[in-house]
Amino acid sequence: MNLAVKIGDLELKNPVMTASGTFGYGPEFEDFIDINRLGGMVVKGTTLHHREGNAYPRMAETPSGMLNAVGLQNKGVDVFCKSIYPEIKHYDTNILVNVSGSTVEEYIETAERINELDHIPGIELNISCPNVKEGGMAFGTSCPSAVAVTHAVREVYKKTMVVKLSPNVTNIADIAKAVQDVGADGVSLINTLLAMAINAETRRSVLSTVTGGLSGPAVKPIALRMVWQVAQAVKIPIIGMGGIMNATDAIEFMLAGATAIQVGTANFIDPNVTMKIIDGMEDYMKRHNIDDINELVGGMR
Amino acid sequence: MTTPHNHAKKHTGLLKVLTNRTINKSYYVLEIEIPQGAKDILPGQFVEILVEDSKSTFLRRPISIYNVNIERNSMELLIQIVGDGTRQLAKLKKGDFVDIMYPLGKSFSIIKSGTKALLVGGGVGVAPLLYLAKNLKDNGVEPHILLGGRTYENIIETDNFEKYAKVYVSTEDGSQGEKGLVTQHSIMQDASFDMIYSCGPDPMMRAVAKVASNNNTNCEVSLENMMACGIGACLCCVTPTTSGHQCVCSDGPVFNTKVLEWN
Repeated sequence: MNLAVKIGDLELKNPVMTASGTFGYGPEFEDFIDINRLGGMVVKGTTLHHREGNAYPRMAETPSGMLNAVGLQNKGVDVFCKSIYPEIKHYDTNILVNVSGSTVEEYIETAERINELDHIPGIELNISCPNVKEGGMAFGTSCPSAVAVTHAVREVYKKTMVVKLSPNVTNIADIAKAVQDVGADGVSLINTLLAMAINAETRRSVLSTVTGGLSGPAVKPIALRMVWQVAQAVKIPIIGMGGIMNATDAIEFMLAGATAIQVGTANFIDPNVTMKIIDGMEDYMKRHNIDDINELVGGMR
Repeated sequence: MTTPHNHAKKHTGLLKVLTNRTINKSYYVLEIEIPQGAKDILPGQFVEILVEDSKSTFLRRPISIYNVNIERNSMELLIQIVGDGTRQLAKLKKGDFVDIMYPLGKSFSIIKSGTKALLVGGGVGVAPLLYLAKNLKDNGVEPHILLGGRTYENIIETDNFEKYAKVYVSTEDGSQGEKGLVTQHSIMQDASFDMIYSCGPDPMMRAVAKVASNNNTNCEVSLENMMACGIGACLCCVTPTTSGHQCVCSDGPVFNTKVLEWN
């Protein structure tokens, strides 16, 4: 039985990856799971300079989901390369760094630094963070700006580059096609949906930033629809995500057209969930007499 | 200045409820069997409980560890009913299983033997102070505890605290103990304590920290910011500190007030 899939030059032992910002850098989960069993791990969004992120409160629980407005808190690419990378490079899985920035130049410089790291075979270009004032989603919500940043980073970044797309657009397939045409090796979708929560008693917004990004099972039907739409439009592989809580959800994303999937918010509910999803996908293949998981990609009848 | 780090392995899985003891209409204590690691749990640590069968509860609920019984391989969780999640958990019965991640976070510092400590708890914030008082007493420290609440119904488990500490009470309406806020209680005038520990509503802990600071007394508080993951991955529960945003779940929940930027 084959669970391995390919995204650009990446060979994933199975389609299950962890989503950026939901899995730290890996060590946070070592007490619970064997990181080496993952197909891939996308580490926390990394920027050129250190970022403190937004003020507390930056999280709100919502029906079947949650809002976050963390705002790309991270120590910056230098600290990542010097202190964090040496602690995680031994993992026997594909480690992707999620790269973000306020300007195209920042994306380029960060990607150049990550390009030098032997055990990082790819990046996920984050043009879809809804929680920063400059950059982030601003790049991913129009074709010209998505193309500009993807093209610029493609020039300097030599390994596998996946572009993470925003669902906060009129036509996500257009953006996917545009980044494919300037050299993206794959697209990952969806990032969180711009959303908000109000406390009626205090008449205040729950988040310090007023708006944040919605994730969890509440967004799954939208994510599934977008993966299906993008799959009709592009040839490059798709990494699907959005509210995946179990193996059945993961299979649904593959049937819609995803080659791999990312598990995000579910990691907060059950730190073992990725292992259960891998096991559950194997069970599904046995039950349906499927020898190669790639048969499922876009396999909706 | 930093609170101790617990290197004990974290666990997750279904654990058996041994007892569910009702205190009054708002509070109850769950005793949970823990097959492994009871002796590794430190005072001030917490668990994250998964609430099943609740429409409005998506994330786990962080709950302080109230007591640990190493001989019985169990821990106790003191819970106040505040929303749908804690109301669902209140229905758990002996023999039920519940999904718990434990032990999480950093603990209170245990000060050296021969010293005196004041523990100040407000409402359900008294929860982590029981196991702290027990550990302090076992370590030769003399613990005094001030339990505060709006009214007598919020003053709970005094018998339990008396096993380990000298107990003082204050209520805002004067229905039990001295009338007023905890910081107005006469014991707070006593500047002879070597350490003040506090857990409760944010304004209370800030006021307690101010008294401690005026007396040049070290002070540790346990914060309860809204959390998602409980293990330092999501960066949602941060508090501003002298070294930037830190996670309450993994860098805390216990912080020395000198590192907190409470402005």
